[in-house]
Amino acid sequence: MSTLELKQVTKTFGATKVIHGIDLAINHGEFIVFVGPSGCGKSTLLRMIAGLEPVSTGAVEIDKAVVNDVPAAERGLAMVFQSYALYPHMSVRQNLSFGLENLKTPKPEIERRVAEAARMLRMEKLLERRPGQLSGGQRQRVAIGRAVVREPKIFLFDEPLSNLDAELRVQMRVEIGNLHQRLGNTMIYVTHDQVEAMTMADRIAVLKDGRLEQFGKPLDLYNRPANLFVAGFIGSPRMNFLSGKIAAVRNSSVDVALDAGGTVTVPCAADGALAGAPVKLGVRPEHIRLTDGKEADVKLSVTLTEQLGGESYLHGALSSDEALSVRLAGQTQVKRGDAVGLMLADPALRYLFNGETGKAFPPLA
Amino acid sequence: MITTTDVSSFLTRRRSPHGWHWTDWLSYAYLAVGVLLVLLPIFWMFMSSIKSPRALVENDPRLLPYEQLTIPAADGSRQLGVFIWTKPDGSKADVAFVGPRGANARVYELANPSEIIEVPRTALARKDIIQPRFENYTDPTIGSTQSRTFNFLRYFWNSTFVTVVATLLTLVVNAMAAFALSKYKFRGRDAMVIVIVSTLLIPPTVILVPLFMTVSKLGMLNSLWGVIIPAIATPTGVFLLRQYMLTIPDELLEAARMDGASEWKIFWRIMLPLSLPALSVLAILSVMWRWNDFMWPLIVLTQSEVFTLQLGLSTFKGELNDNMHYLLAMTVLTLLPVTLVFVFLQKHITTGIANTGLK
Amino acid sequence: MSGISEQSAKPAAHPVSDAVGWAWGMLGDVLDGPFRALQKHIGANKMAYVFLLPNLLVFGLFSFWPMILNFYIAFTGGQSVILAERPFVGLGNFRELLDCPSYLDPKTCPVAGFSFWTGIWNTLFFAVVQVPIMVVVALVTAIILNRDIRGRGFWRAVYFYPVMLSPVVVAVIWDWILKRRGILNALLEDATNGWNSLITTRPFAVASVFLIGFFAGHLFLKVLPARLKPLYETQFKPLMLAAGLAVVTAVMMLQGSSFSFDWLALPDYRPVNWLIDTRSGWPMFWVIFVYTWAHLGFYMLILLAGLQAIPKDLYEAAEMDGTPKSRAFWRITLPLLMPTMIVVLVLSLIRAFQVFDEVYVLTGGGPGQATKMIIQHVYESAFIGDAKRYGIAAASSVLVAGILLILTLIQLTATRKKAGG
Ligand SMILES: Nc1ncnc2c1ncn2[C@@H]1O[C@H](COP(=O)(O)OP(=O)(O)OP(=O)(O)O)[C@@H](O)[C@H]1O
Ligand SMILES: [Mg+2]
Repeated sequence: MSTLELKQVTKTFGATKVIHGIDLAINHGEFIVFVGPSGCGKSTLLRMIAGLEPVSTGAVEIDKAVVNDVPAAERGLAMVFQSYALYPHMSVRQNLSFGLENLKTPKPEIERRVAEAARMLRMEKLLERRPGQLSGGQRQRVAIGRAVVREPKIFLFDEPLSNLDAELRVQMRVEIGNLHQRLGNTMIYVTHDQVEAMTMADRIAVLKDGRLEQFGKPLDLYNRPANLFVAGFIGSPRMNFLSGKIAAVRNSSVDVALDAGGTVTVPCAADGALAGAPVKLGVRPEHIRLTDGKEADVKLSVTLTEQLGGESYLHGALSSDEALSVRLAGQTQVKRGDAVGLMLADPALRYLFNGETGKAFPPLA
Repeated sequence: MITTTDVSSFLTRRRSPHGWHWTDWLSYAYLAVGVLLVLLPIFWMFMSSIKSPRALVENDPRLLPYEQLTIPAADGSRQLGVFIWTKPDGSKADVAFVGPRGANARVYELANPSEIIEVPRTALARKDIIQPRFENYTDPTIGSTQSRTFNFLRYFWNSTFVTVVATLLTLVVNAMAAFALSKYKFRGRDAMVIVIVSTLLIPPTVILVPLFMTVSKLGMLNSLWGVIIPAIATPTGVFLLRQYMLTIPDELLEAARMDGASEWKIFWRIMLPLSLPALSVLAILSVMWRWNDFMWPLIVLTQSEVFTLQLGLSTFKGELNDNMHYLLAMTVLTLLPVTLVFVFLQKHITTGIANTGLK
Repeated sequence: MSGISEQSAKPAAHPVSDAVGWAWGMLGDVLDGPFRALQKHIGANKMAYVFLLPNLLVFGLFSFWPMILNFYIAFTGGQSVILAERPFVGLGNFRELLDCPSYLDPKTCPVAGFSFWTGIWNTLFFAVVQVPIMVVVALVTAIILNRDIRGRGFWRAVYFYPVMLSPVVVAVIWDWILKRRGILNALLEDATNGWNSLITTRPFAVASVFLIGFFAGHLFLKVLPARLKPLYETQFKPLMLAAGLAVVTAVMMLQGSSFSFDWLALPDYRPVNWLIDTRSGWPMFWVIFVYTWAHLGFYMLILLAGLQAIPKDLYEAAEMDGTPKSRAFWRITLPLLMPTMIVVLVLSLIRAFQVFDEVYVLTGGGPGQATKMIIQHVYESAFIGDAKRYGIAAASSVLVAGILLILTLIQLTATRKKAGG
């Protein structure tokens, strides 16, 4: 059993506050991903959990015990660094056993664990090499192995795949996933790549400017983003946002008059909004359909088409000059310069956000 | 005709593509002359160090250690010098010189020892043989010299002790400080760095007197520790190591912290091995400083039991002008360790020093 | 300096390095116990102070404190090494050093001032002559070594080698060479005698006439009016003129003419007492020479590193632009080398100002006071003779430190300006 809880954790560097009170509870065995744009404080948060950075206020609890003042070495966690941070002057074997030696683990036990980790990560042949003699992917595995042998309560990963090429990244993603399956430990994984987040996480914590924007299962984030930021961050390509004003508020839906012309209905709770209030309509590119008939919600002047074979993208501008992207299945005849009519998704797949606060209008219960 | 392009191709680094230019010849000639100027004096001293005292006094300009051949006199009481006698008819014979008589010399032919003849001294030429005198080296070191004024082994041991101990202490003490100043944040750190860097500018030669008083107050006069300790905390070392340690990523230390290593262990097992390039530069510098150090030992050490080689040598030079053969031999022994180290680590030393600009 | 990646390329398994590594680890583990306990007690961050402590202790006691003490001692008199026993004399020491009718003539100073000013002027002379010579020679050597020279490593190593030698060894070597009955005098004597006998030989006379003829012919060509040139060039070439003259000389000599170059004869060589001769500048000359000999390699190395740090593509770009090479030297090499040059200049100046070891062992400051440098004055005031005048030495140090500080500040501003501009 290892659980982790953050209670109103803040961090201040000198005069600048970079983490603004984060609450987070993580259960045993969960795979949690911290995601957010660069500089939002993911690493800082992770390092505070690790004990490498003292928290300014608030509490970090591991297994219900406050560990704010417990040094990193004694928290029983292991971390995989973005740069791997392998000891360049030690062989792979020494890299793996260094931590265990510090804990005065008996020799045979060290050997057993190193051998097991090496087998698990398929690096038995690399044990006598030094990090400088390994490829990027192999170094990555050693870094993970160094964490594995410690049998930590919680694994911490700080963007471990960002130095790898695309193909290797996919492969290592799968391996880390398998590792989690096999070990069943709690893992916290930092990335700024939302694809990584979506594919690996049990739950995702979306951070922005030192604040927790939303914390939930990947599909919940996709289906019910709590605000403009999460909506824009989760999903690829990005969700389109169209400005408009509330035209009418009904029982279970809201009519929105778009700046780009046309009115669309969004089923949601009005949440106290009044007619005339500015809103943003969110529509994912994959939910938009082409139409030539009169039922078109908006008209798009195409400025660029991307044909990937299996799918196509249209990029263009609406009459309000707002940019919009569309994803189409298969191949398309539409060319640059064409004007096409669009239907903005099924009503259930439309998202409405408060134009001032960016908060999502709550979906119908 | 010397044109500007000729001069300039001399100054810029690219050689003309058409084989050898005259500037190339000039370059090599320059270098060769320079090398002779460097090596010949040392070589001459080396060759002189295996010559006999007599050859040294006579200032024999020949390179090789020539010595006059001698044979024992018939009664065995003394050694007789051997000469080559050019007879009036032009033939030559080896003769032993028994004694002078006026402008003539009394000699006997080696082939015929019983018959002593008189020959004009101008017809005699010394018969020299090559005879290196290794006693110049062995007498003051392992032999039993009549006067043990130059106690080479003692001085050598003192110098070695000072060099090795001082270098080890310098490395450890400065690496510890550099580690603290490069990898920790604490109040006053930047001020401390500034103080240390600015003392780089103050030459130790200007604090001789107070330093002497401090050392004498601590009872370290005439002790090798009085030579070693004052200079182990060298700003140069801290500066050099700190600059290097700054380039070692912090993540490595954090990884070690996660791995449960204590701060000391991080220093010992991570920082020191990774700073090896900088440490070896400092080690080389320290060995050079310490082995060659003269002024400070001269002030601290006044009893010959604690003399370093440099002190012993300079004292010996002052004392014994007629023992030049010992002095030269001991000088060779003194420069030998440095030379050997240089021959083996030449590349390392020159690049290390060129990179740091320190001596 | 290179990063850490280099060493990671070394193979991991090696019996010797394994053994060293093992011993290293053991030593670290043994020491780890107490340090770990300490860390538990004071926290990881405070360990920084623990790491600093030994250095600060030594540094404070043997560098910082003496610096302050020096000022105090400069105002005290007496011969005691115990501070409490030293009477305060105010500016007395400084007065003794500075109370001169004329600084240019040290003889007018009190005893201490005489020694001080002699040292100052000798040191100044030494520095002003030695530094430019050494820097220029070092620069020329570095430039040559920076060309496409074969065996650069070898040349560089040989030039650097004297830097490794101790000042005492250097002094013994040169003392041995420069003795009155030393090899230098022997060689010069041989050379003089050789020359004097060479000029009396006939081949020498003929060859000389030939050479004179050759150069005279060329000179003639230069001053000849342009109109007449074609005639002269086809009829008499300088070579022919020279050959003709030579043949005539040879014939004359065969006929018994006493044609001779005796006037070229050098006076008989009289051995010079290079280091002791009081009536000549030779002792100072050799002090400068020997010091340069011993330290040249260091500055050469720094300048060479500076030259090699200039990116080669700059020269290639200049070549593409059709820049003449001399221009490339003046406009690329020199400006880019300037920062290194300034470092070298000031460093060598500061070092020259502190010269002591080599000179002290070589000449002992003699003959008389001819090569007595300022640091020798400090040293001798405090440590030589019956009267140990620590106060005078300290006061002199303060003055010297002032001079050195000014030099250093010049260096700093110069380098700053370079870096900024
Ligand atoms: N030691 C520090 N001192 C001052 N500010 C810091 C320090 N470390 C981080 N910051 C600031 O805190 C903020 C969060 O940094 P952090 O490294 O946590 O970002 P991140 O989310 O990990 O970004 P990335 O995805 O680029 O790694 C940044 O604005 C950064 O500039
Ligand atoms: Mg980060």
